[in-house]
Formats: sequence, C-alpha cells, structure tokens
Amino acid sequence: MGLLDKQFTDDNIIITKVEDLLNWARLSSLWQMGFGLACCAIEMMATSASHYDFDRFGVIPRPSPRQSDVIIISGTVTFKMAIRIKRLYEQMPDHKYVISMGSCSNCGGPYWEHGYHVLKGVDRVIPVDVYVPGCPPRPEALLEGLLKLQEKIRNETLVSKTA
Amino acid sequence: MALKTEEMVLNMGPQHPSTHGVLRLELVIEGEIIKNVTPHIGYLHRCFEKHCEVMTYPQIIPYTDRMDYLASMCNEFGYVVAVERLMGIEVPERVEYIRVIMAELQRIASHLVAIGTYGADIGAFTPFLFCFRDREKILNLFEITCGARLLYNYIWIGGVMHDLHPDFIRLTKEFIKEFRPNLKELNDLLTFNQIFIDRTANVGILPAETAINYGITGPNLRASGVNWDLRINDPYSIYDRFDFKIPVGKGENGTVGDCWNRYYMRILEMEESLKIVEQAINQIPDGDVSSAIPKRVKPPAGQIYSRVENPRGELGYFIVSDGSVNPTRIKVRAPSFVNMVVFGELCKGHMVADVVAILGSIDIVLGEIDR
Repeated sequence: MGLLDKQFTDDNIIITKVEDLLNWARLSSLWQMGFGLACCAIEMMATSASHYDFDRFGVIPRPSPRQSDVIIISGTVTFKMAIRIKRLYEQMPDHKYVISMGSCSNCGGPYWEHGYHVLKGVDRVIPVDVYVPGCPPRPEALLEGLLKLQEKIRNETLVSKTA
Repeated sequence: MALKTEEMVLNMGPQHPSTHGVLRLELVIEGEIIKNVTPHIGYLHRCFEKHCEVMTYPQIIPYTDRMDYLASMCNEFGYVVAVERLMGIEVPERVEYIRVIMAELQRIASHLVAIGTYGADIGAFTPFLFCFRDREKILNLFEITCGARLLYNYIWIGGVMHDLHPDFIRLTKEFIKEFRPNLKELNDLLTFNQIFIDRTANVGILPAETAINYGITGPNLRASGVNWDLRINDPYSIYDRFDFKIPVGKGENGTVGDCWNRYYMRILEMEESLKIVEQAINQIPDGDVSSAIPKRVKPPAGQIYSRVENPRGELGYFIVSDGSVNPTRIKVRAPSFVNMVVFGELCKGHMVADVVAILGSIDIVLGEIDR
C-alpha cells in the first residue's frame, strides 16, 4: 500500500468510489496468460525475466486462460491458430483484456502480402485493447503497452467497459 | 491379478507452456505410460518458401531471421554463405571474422534460452532468470552492432551491414570475463543438481544408430556419442582457423544419449563458443566490410545446397536460380524439423511427465519447424 502509507492521522478509513476501488484492484494484478506464439514470445519472456521484470507491475504468467485477465498475442497468428486463439479468449473470465504485440498480430507484419496462411491482424478474431508496434517490440515497448492498458483500466466505469 | 486398462488419447497444446511455442501433441497413453505420440505441426506456418519465390535475394535475409528466431545470426550466415557460393563471391577477411563472432555469440544466446526454458519446464525456475540475465548482455552486444535485439538483418550478401562499434571488442572481452564464472554458477545450480539429474538421466535415450538413421544433427546427435560437427567436418567460412573441440556425449550420469547428456552438450558447447569468440576478437584484422557487397545480386543459373552448423543442427539451404533477381525455389532443411521426427520414438514407454523433459531436451523452435 505504498500510495496510502502514512497518509492517515488517526482512523484508517478511506472514502472512495466503488469504481475506483475495482479499477485499482484490476489494474494492479493483471495476470497474464503465458502463451507464446512466435518470435515476439521470446521478447515477452525477456520482459518477464530478470532484466525487465514484469512482476513488479503485478503481471504474473498463468498457464490457464481461466485464471488470467490479459492475453498477450505475441507473434504471427496463422489461420490454423486463429480458431484456437478465439477459443482461448472465450475461455477467459470477464473483465478480459488483449494486448496485440508486434507487427504480425497488429496487421500481418512482414507477411501481409504473400503470407497465404497468415491472419492479417488478430483484431479480425478478437477485440484488441492495446497495440504494441515493432518487429519484435522491445521489452520497454511491451511495458509501455502494459502501462497504457493500466491507464485504460483506471478510467473504466461500471456502466461501460471503455471510458 | 492384472488390472484391465484402456488406452486414452490426451491432447497437449497448442497452448501449453512447455511445448516451446504452438506445437500440438496427441498422446496415446495407457495409465501413465506413453504408447504413441503424434505431433501436429503447422500452427506457425508463415509461408517462408512462398516468400522466397517473390522476393529478391537480399530481401529474403529478414525472412530467414524469422525462421529460427533464437539464432537469427546463424540463419542469415547460412543463407548468405549459400548465395555467395552460388555467385562465387570472395568475402573480405574482416567480414569473415565478424560473422564468426556473431554466429558464436548467437550460439551462446540460443543455448542459454534452451537451458533456461528446459530448467523452467521441469520445475527449476531460477536458472531461467540466470540464463536470461546473461543473454541480455549478449543482446546488448548485438544491439550496439546493428540496433536490433532479436532479428538483426545484419549479415548481408558479400559483407555485413556496417562495421563493428568501436567499443565492441572491449565489451565482448568484458562479457567473456563475466560469463565464465556465471557458467560455473549455472553448473552448480542446475547441471550437477541431484534432483535435476534424477529427472533427466536415463530418460529418452537416443542410441547413435537411431540418431543417424533419423538424420538427427547438432547437439542431439553429439550427445549420442557421434563426433559430427559441420564446423569441423565440412568447414565453411574460416572455422578451420580456430582451435576448439567438439564435445561428445559420454553418459556421465546415466546412459549415452539421454536427456541429461543432450542438455550437457549445450553447456560444453557454450564453453567452446567462448573460446572461438576469444580467438576471433584477438585475431580480427582491419579492413573494409562493404567492399564485396554486390550492387545487384543476380546469381548465374544453377543450383546449390549449402549447409552450416546452427545451434540446433545442420541448417541447409537448397537454392535454385534461373539467373534472375528472384530465386526460383529455396528449400530449407530445418534442423528442428528433422530432430522432431525422432520424438515419438523417444517417448514410447516413458511417463507422461517425461514428455516435457524429452521435448525440452530436443530443443525445438516452432518457427523453424513450420517455417
């Protein structure tokens, strides 16, 4: 509780909005689905490993879609894989978020023209919250994408998902 | 009284943390014993060979990067060597040295990922963090050289993109100095850890004869006791100038060709790669790196098969040229794909939990299997 530490003089009662509390809880423990697709997955692993350390933002890899809040589409989505990705997304519990990592999952990347087996953007099968550009994006770029997602969650209301 | 058992089909992947990407395995099991394994591939088919038909020769280099994305430099190296042989280009000395340094650093980086993820697969998470810490240092060296961390497009036909950074030699020396003790630390932590040995020794034994019959190459073949490395047996570039040994599996903790042996080969190879890098940075001559880059890459009509030793085995390019700026056909002999073939054979009769250990020890990269 770094933000609220030593902020109180006597009784520790906080008055806040339900929305703010829920949003704060959601954005501080975004469990990520540990799911690698292609080259970007290596950068995703590097982001979660010692040097860049995802965990300090509350992002912990989970092996199952049923336990995760955010799915990072890290790499080229092929037609054969697109069906599986859609199903994995549907298995995640609600409030779920999608980060599209890298050019391939944004728009097809280097395979946009002749890749007869490559889906030209994962947003054709599932809704995407944050697009991270790059081929592959640097770990810093992925972290920036994550911070953008947290910003987005912070502004959510109970009435509608996107503020 | 023997219990009556029934065969069961268990699906593993394509979304599974231990399949190293998007591989799907169909396991036929009886109780906990594997009866049969059918790998299903093609979840990452990115149409490499189709792209080669419409791209020019230099344009293909970035696509070779994306095949085996853990060893991009080595992929480029192999492709570039093949095209240069087809065109008969002589490459300046300095370029050859730079290429060897890059390829060997890449080999270390690739093996570090293989070892780190192998540890994580079978339950040791700390070595993963140790390996990635060291790998970041190699990536920093690549980054000051060409600006990219993972996919470089650095080695060009007839040369390299541009010369080394002035600090490169100093930083590489520092890295080697730092890395040697780290490797020992890794050995103490994982390699000779009794729990790890119990988990991997005598599991997934690949006899030398089977390995040769299946066409296995790279560390997996050498772990079976076969002394075969293209850097020695079919030298390309300037590998004949360096003094290094080819580690061969001896079965220190179990049988020759088991999972632990395959894992240990990678540790030993990293040490040998360090030796090559050390010699190369001490011998590297001055000179121009772009003098032999052709303005227009137009090989004469003909065909060539050229192979190099990738971290995962023999990477071969078969190029058919009709004399135009586009190749007619490029076929890639991907080491991961060939090594994967023996997987079903290795798993038979083992427990379900050993599938992960065997798969990790073969060290596949799905980008290369599916291409």
